Amino acid sequence: MSIDHTHFRQALQRTPFHDRYAAMSTTEHWATWNTYKVPYVVDKLSTEYFSVRSGCSVMDLTPMEKYRIEGKDAHAYLDRLLTRDLSKLRPGRVTYVAWCNDDGKVIDDGTLFQLDEDTYRLCSQHHQLDWLLMSAAGFDVRIAVETHDIAALAVQGPTSYSVLTAAGIHGLEDLRPFGIKKLQCDGFPVTVSRTGYTGDLGYELWTDPQNALPLWDAIFAIQGQYDIHAIGLDTLEMVRIEAGFIMPGFDFNCAEATVRNGYDRSPYEVGLGWVVNLDKGHFTGRNALVAEKARPAQRRLTKLLVDGNKPVGEAFIYAGKNGKQVGEVKCTTWSPILKANLAIADIELRNGKLPESLWARFDYQRELKWRTAWAECHAQSKPFYSPEHRALTPPRRA
Amino acid sequence: MTDVLIIGAGHNGLVCAAYLARAGLDVLVLESSASAGGMSATRTVSDDYRFPGLAHVTYPISKAIRKDLRLDRYGYSTGTPIDTVALDAHGQHLVIGADAVSGTDLPEPDGAAFPAFKGRYLEFARKIQPLFSNKPPRLKNMGFADARTLARLGWNIRMGLGKEAMYEFLRVAAINIYDVLNEVFEDDRLKGAIAADAIMGSAMGPRTPGTVLTWLQRLQGELNGPLSCQGGAQLVDALTQSAEDAGATIRFDAHVEKILIDRGKAFGAELADGEMVKGKLVISNVDPRTTFSRMVGAPRLDTMFANRVTQIRGAGVVGKLNIALSGLPEFDGLSESQLGNRLLVAPSMRYVEHAFNHSKYDECSEHPVLEVTLPSLHDRSLAPDGHHVMSLNIAFLPYALEGGWEEQKATLAYKVISQLGDYSPNLKSLIVDHEFLTPLDIEDEFGAVQGHWHHGELSIHQSFMLRPLHGAAQYDTPVERLFLCGAGSHPGGGINGLPGRNAAKRVLELGGVK
Repeated sequence: MSIDHTHFRQALQRTPFHDRYAAMSTTEHWATWNTYKVPYVVDKLSTEYFSVRSGCSVMDLTPMEKYRIEGKDAHAYLDRLLTRDLSKLRPGRVTYVAWCNDDGKVIDDGTLFQLDEDTYRLCSQHHQLDWLLMSAAGFDVRIAVETHDIAALAVQGPTSYSVLTAAGIHGLEDLRPFGIKKLQCDGFPVTVSRTGYTGDLGYELWTDPQNALPLWDAIFAIQGQYDIHAIGLDTLEMVRIEAGFIMPGFDFNCAEATVRNGYDRSPYEVGLGWVVNLDKGHFTGRNALVAEKARPAQRRLTKLLVDGNKPVGEAFIYAGKNGKQVGEVKCTTWSPILKANLAIADIELRNGKLPESLWARFDYQRELKWRTAWAECHAQSKPFYSPEHRALTPPRRA
Repeated sequence: MTDVLIIGAGHNGLVCAAYLARAGLDVLVLESSASAGGMSATRTVSDDYRFPGLAHVTYPISKAIRKDLRLDRYGYSTGTPIDTVALDAHGQHLVIGADAVSGTDLPEPDGAAFPAFKGRYLEFARKIQPLFSNKPPRLKNMGFADARTLARLGWNIRMGLGKEAMYEFLRVAAINIYDVLNEVFEDDRLKGAIAADAIMGSAMGPRTPGTVLTWLQRLQGELNGPLSCQGGAQLVDALTQSAEDAGATIRFDAHVEKILIDRGKAFGAELADGEMVKGKLVISNVDPRTTFSRMVGAPRLDTMFANRVTQIRGAGVVGKLNIALSGLPEFDGLSESQLGNRLLVAPSMRYVEHAFNHSKYDECSEHPVLEVTLPSLHDRSLAPDGHHVMSLNIAFLPYALEGGWEEQKATLAYKVISQLGDYSPNLKSLIVDHEFLTPLDIEDEFGAVQGHWHHGELSIHQSFMLRPLHGAAQYDTPVERLFLCGAGSHPGGGINGLPGRNAAKRVLELGGVK
């Protein structure tokens, strides 16, 4: 067997779906995601956005980090790695998880798929192999990167169920949120999970790379019947903020990649306290989190509804207009479906509580002239957008 | 339920047990072998001959421990002071005392410089003593005691030493003994002997950075009194009685396999036969790598901490050869009365460095460094009338010898005896029996991982607030109610009892068993 020495000529890798994306791209607006070439926008941002919220969107997820974890101690290993209690996880189910370093600061978050009794898949935003291997000491587990061996496609939107059914993937009617099923599409196997990063009804499809294009083609074959669009990262950023999902490395620093003291964040500080179980037994970071829990919370990533319609990116948050600076905005979007100005901000708490009144002081341009303005912000505890159809089983037909 | 379980009845475990029992705690010491003392305990070879443990020469234990635990009342006394004889192949031996050196052909400036040099380094050692006799200060979230230790250290070094000496201290503290000795002395025998003291027990050669510090650590012992052939046995007996009189119990043949932990709290130990012994606190005198990686287990620790444990450096490099003799050997150029001293085969720093170099590549040097004593000259009970026992520490023997120890052990013992035969022609003819402990055997016999005397190198990156590792440097550990009290903890190895004493103080400072 000869070794392929030419990969370096190609600066970015192409996913198994790339040819189809490339054919559809009118913008040629490409991003890098984990060494792969993926679109920011394929054709038109507004069309792509509304395909998620009122039609069906298709997005290539192949670059997402995927790890296969298997072996006799796989469950015990994951239980020690992750902050969440896994005792209720079963084969065929997915759960949202986060993991911390010794100091109880979040390294990354992701989804954990239990594929079989002793076989799991962990998906994460960032490369985690070194941490996963380092955590394996004392456990009988095998850990392998399967990022490049599995083609993954997110099919998301209110009509996604109908689209996939019409595309020939049968058996989705009883697939509940966070469930996994091994199904067939056009004669090849495809694993479907009812998961996603959009906060809408949606599925993630996992298959062998050689089936990638047939899968894509099966879905787009019914494009005349349904409103189906390939989407890029710009749309994903809008819809994930609407859904209130945070992104490690963007909304907060990943612990093991943080240089400055105090710049990393605990799960409580990023609003992930609900995936921490201090009673389940030992896990990495537990001691630090027990100590942190005993003190009033210092800060918290907070969802904000911002008055007005001007984006407040790169803005500071103040306790009251002209008050003390208490935080900073991490991400923003205008939500077309809510007609609302959204932001997620890192805000210092006092005695564990948010300041009563929050204002953003931000800069904006009018005909290239910079101005400064204030906008009042209203903290939200629930996701900005969480439609009822998202969780229905069987899903509503379209 | 017992208040405190201490794993291992080595001298530090006994010191810790005695202190805690005196403070009114109910203490049970679990010892895997049939007797107390660990590396300090007397060993019996073929019934008639008994040998000191690995510690065949010792400095007196600290006055504080001696007084606190009333060791003198239990029969402890400092031994007869001995000198060090730097053996020379041509019989031109040097005799090195605490503050004087003499011998044929010794350059006059060396003889004159030695007392001042030794005095200066003993002074350095004295000034950094607060760092050794207290728990290592924590730099972040420093407590009052930590601040006091650092303040005393700073005051001692600046005000106690004076400006010129302080500059000199700061200059040499982290460098190697090779450069320092070359600056002061000419005589190879003298430099070789001092260098051998600086490196004995460590995987370091004279040129390894940090060997001034290891020498200063050794001199901590000399601050308590002169070197003797006392061995550790008498100390162990006194400690045992002191601990037992204060109410502590020692249980022998109790080999701990696991430390029992529930919800992050240690609550006992599981023995090899499956028996569970419960205790409100567990204190491990076992080396940190065995304690955390085997007895606690990585799954019960945080990932990074567990990983750091595996990175602790400490492969033993010293072997022990015990030789039973049918008579007193003769050494060319040494009188019979001089044989009671410590005899060193370390004729030059170059020789010592060469011996070390081989061990770096998992090989044995043909010319190892030898530290030889005849303990039976000090304690007649060790051998039958007219017979003697000889004890050798041999450096550097790699733990992971290429080709394995099994095959090469006998050859090596023969080579060492032949080498010593160059100095003592009748030695071979007197040998009745011998026992050779390689680092691998030391690991098996004493449970110290990789057979390291000090449970981990005494290198700068594993000293003070980094000993044995960040996260467990103040004797308490990430596992609640689990403490460390062994040589792997600050201030480290040697028969000084300080880790045991500091650990006991720490346990009490944190509220005992409450």
